[in-house]
Amino acid sequence: MAEPVVTVQGQRQAGEGLIFWLSGFVLLVGLPLLNVLPDPDSWLHVSDFALNRFGKFLCFAILALGLDLIWGYTGILSLGHGVFFGFGAYAIGMHLMLTIGTESVYGSALPDFMVWNQVKELPLFWKPFYSFGVALAGAVLVPTLFAFIFGFLAFRSRIKGVYFAIITQALALCAWLVFNRNETNLGGTNGLTDFKQILGFRLSEPGTQRALYILTVLFLGAAYAVCRWIIRSRAGRVLVAIRDSEQRVLFSGYSPANYKLFVFVVSAALAGLAGALYVPQVGIITPAQIGVLPSLEMVIWVAVGGRGTLVGAALGAVGVNWARSVLTNYFPELWPFFLGGLFIAVVLLFPDGLVGLFTRVREKWLASGLWVRKSPASSEHNG
Amino acid sequence: MKVALGIMLLGTASLLGAGQAIAAEGPRASTAAPPLSLIDRALADLSSGDQARQDAAANVLIEQGDSSLLPKLEEIRNNADRSVRLAIKPLMDLLKNRSNLASPDADRRRSAAADLGSSGRPVVMPWLEAALAGEPNRWVRYTLEESLALIRLASDDPDTKIKAAAKLGELRSSNAVPALKELLQQTGTDATDQQKALANAARAAIGQIDIWASWANAFETIFRGISLSSILLIMSLGLAIVFGLMGVINMAHGELMMIGAYATFVTQECFRAYFPAGLFDYYFIAAMPIAFCVVALCGLILEATVIRFLYGRPLETMLATWGVSLVLIQAARVYFGDLTSVVAPSWLSGGAQVMVGVYLPYNRIFIIVLSILCVAGIYFLLFRTGVGLRVRAVMQNRDMSSCLGIPTRKVDAYTFAFGSGLAGLAGCALTLIGNVEPGLGQNYIVDSFMVVVTGGVGKLMGTIVASLGIGGLNKFLEPSFGAVYGKVLILVLVILFLQRRPSGLFTIKGRHADA
Repeated sequence: MAEPVVTVQGQRQAGEGLIFWLSGFVLLVGLPLLNVLPDPDSWLHVSDFALNRFGKFLCFAILALGLDLIWGYTGILSLGHGVFFGFGAYAIGMHLMLTIGTESVYGSALPDFMVWNQVKELPLFWKPFYSFGVALAGAVLVPTLFAFIFGFLAFRSRIKGVYFAIITQALALCAWLVFNRNETNLGGTNGLTDFKQILGFRLSEPGTQRALYILTVLFLGAAYAVCRWIIRSRAGRVLVAIRDSEQRVLFSGYSPANYKLFVFVVSAALAGLAGALYVPQVGIITPAQIGVLPSLEMVIWVAVGGRGTLVGAALGAVGVNWARSVLTNYFPELWPFFLGGLFIAVVLLFPDGLVGLFTRVREKWLASGLWVRKSPASSEHNG
Repeated sequence: MKVALGIMLLGTASLLGAGQAIAAEGPRASTAAPPLSLIDRALADLSSGDQARQDAAANVLIEQGDSSLLPKLEEIRNNADRSVRLAIKPLMDLLKNRSNLASPDADRRRSAAADLGSSGRPVVMPWLEAALAGEPNRWVRYTLEESLALIRLASDDPDTKIKAAAKLGELRSSNAVPALKELLQQTGTDATDQQKALANAARAAIGQIDIWASWANAFETIFRGISLSSILLIMSLGLAIVFGLMGVINMAHGELMMIGAYATFVTQECFRAYFPAGLFDYYFIAAMPIAFCVVALCGLILEATVIRFLYGRPLETMLATWGVSLVLIQAARVYFGDLTSVVAPSWLSGGAQVMVGVYLPYNRIFIIVLSILCVAGIYFLLFRTGVGLRVRAVMQNRDMSSCLGIPTRKVDAYTFAFGSGLAGLAGCALTLIGNVEPGLGQNYIVDSFMVVVTGGVGKLMGTIVASLGIGGLNKFLEPSFGAVYGKVLILVLVILFLQRRPSGLFTIKGRHADA
């Protein structure tokens, strides 16, 4: 049974590896160089704004990788990943709020929104976030821990399929409601914003943003490597098996719940990491970015790119967000139509996403005989 | 005498006569018909600069005047300077309220009685007493008594005060609490026996009122819980058919409700534009079947274009229908704008007072009744008709049904359309309690999915019990935890509940392999 799978994966591995190194080089070296070197008027020049925006998309790509692990490979649809993203983002955001210090509008050591809300003293749970290390650890550990508890309860009682999707959606709704409240001292509807510096570097400096961008690319590469390692491992095979027939996995003596919990926690950690990288680059985090709709949009990134392929997930995140920033700029009223249409089209017309579309087109081409090469095995997986 | 007065007041509403009769009882007037010149002179005195003469004139007018003077007063008021206007305003209010005491509309009588009570003028007491004698409506009578007691409570005679306090306690009047508390505070340590007795009476009355208020509060909380449950129920019923029975998870269900609400809105506008004004109140009766049919049609289209390709793939259905919902929301926003609202028909506005301090709005009662009717209708349709038998057969075993000659494709389409139509009906009902806006469906969709998940798929009973449970629990938790944390707590409770019963409250018994 394992034999054909390996050959298919082997072929795809070569293609994916090439894409990985090529795009890694472009993202890591090419774009920053184009940002620094050419004359600002040259058509080759990548503006600070464009680079920064691209950094944001790459954060989403990290999240999409995690989401692809759990949905594309394991078949569990989580509609609550915005929450984990939010935990990571708020953890770093809180640290950045505290480093503003007395530079804030009201000149108080407390964050501005606390001054508005007449909070006299810094709440206890804010205090550890004075330290950058704690904030960074919290950005990953809080979502991890939360996902562990939530996933433990959910998977233990064999909540799955649409039930899991609905429960996670309710989680997103609840988190949105709670983060919106003023008395939770997380900035309410306005969220956390107006950051000034990170580790002593001014966030308004292009250099700082460039460094953050490079950091994001590095983390994206690392996340990709980890995800690839997971799906290549034995555990990864079990994950795919769970997607295809959980009953059979159970009867073969594996415990699907543990594998599902593992992959859920990993993807939550990646979402937290994405949030942590997102905040200093974008400069604001509000509850509106972690609610029900943003969580669903994340799923659509993966679906559009092609679930079940890591490259597809990352590609989808960048592509959809790029389309969003273009469309909302020129036709703000059309964006919901476009997004809704994308949801429908991706499900009905190209269920394997852009990558699947590409593969199908290539296969047709190969079958037509114009391209003389040994035909690869058809139908890579039945997602 | 008083009975005769009351009959006059109610039967003929001859205000002039009543006014004269009351005046005859008053201490000052000696003749049955007051000399017209007295009123004329008072009217003239009102605009004189002299404060004392103005006051005296006002008193004369209050005691002897009636609502026929209102136009004249209005005229004086329009021509007078500010101080005169200020003096005339309470005078006019009193006279207006006095004539309203004889209004055929019970609500107006009641609010007039309440206004007169809060005016605090002893002079209105005979009016109230006269009205009380002939008042047929229980709640107007209650307000009249309350107002009388409130005025007596402010009198100078301690005995009257004690009696008034006791009366207010008996009436469980929450309006009297501030006045009673003030009385308590005025009683110092060096109080006389009489004052102490008064304080005791006030304290006892406050105690009575408080106990009653907490009962009334509990009763209202229960009613609100039932009301929210019925709203959840009516929304979840469509889902129970579509998701519970067919296994199709339709995230656009909320938007189907939104379409139902807009169908109601459009029906209302059509009635306003093309039908005689007298029929306007009946638009809602027409709107219910219209909303049902329009949304059922939308459901048919949705089934034929999207859902039918996705049977058996719930996660994909979820995403595609979410896309549909985004498109529908934006379409409504572009076409109708952001916020509109439906005017509730007059027979559904207002409410019924069932006991002191408990007021049940008619629209809520209507929704409760409607949801009960829907449940009964669905039960009848599913379990007592041939169509229902086919639907259940297809849902239980599609292949076998198909072998037996049931057109499963058609049954699917009609079942989906029926569930959608129920969503339309729910949307129509929602217009009674809230605005019509594009995001209408989003507010409730997560809640109603939670209801279906908790209730268990495939059983209507589960949906009913779960919506009652979640709705009731929501309103029960809200006072102590606030709306937001109440919701969070409910999510936690649902997750914990699913630990015990992973497939919901009611499950289909048998050895179903969960594939």
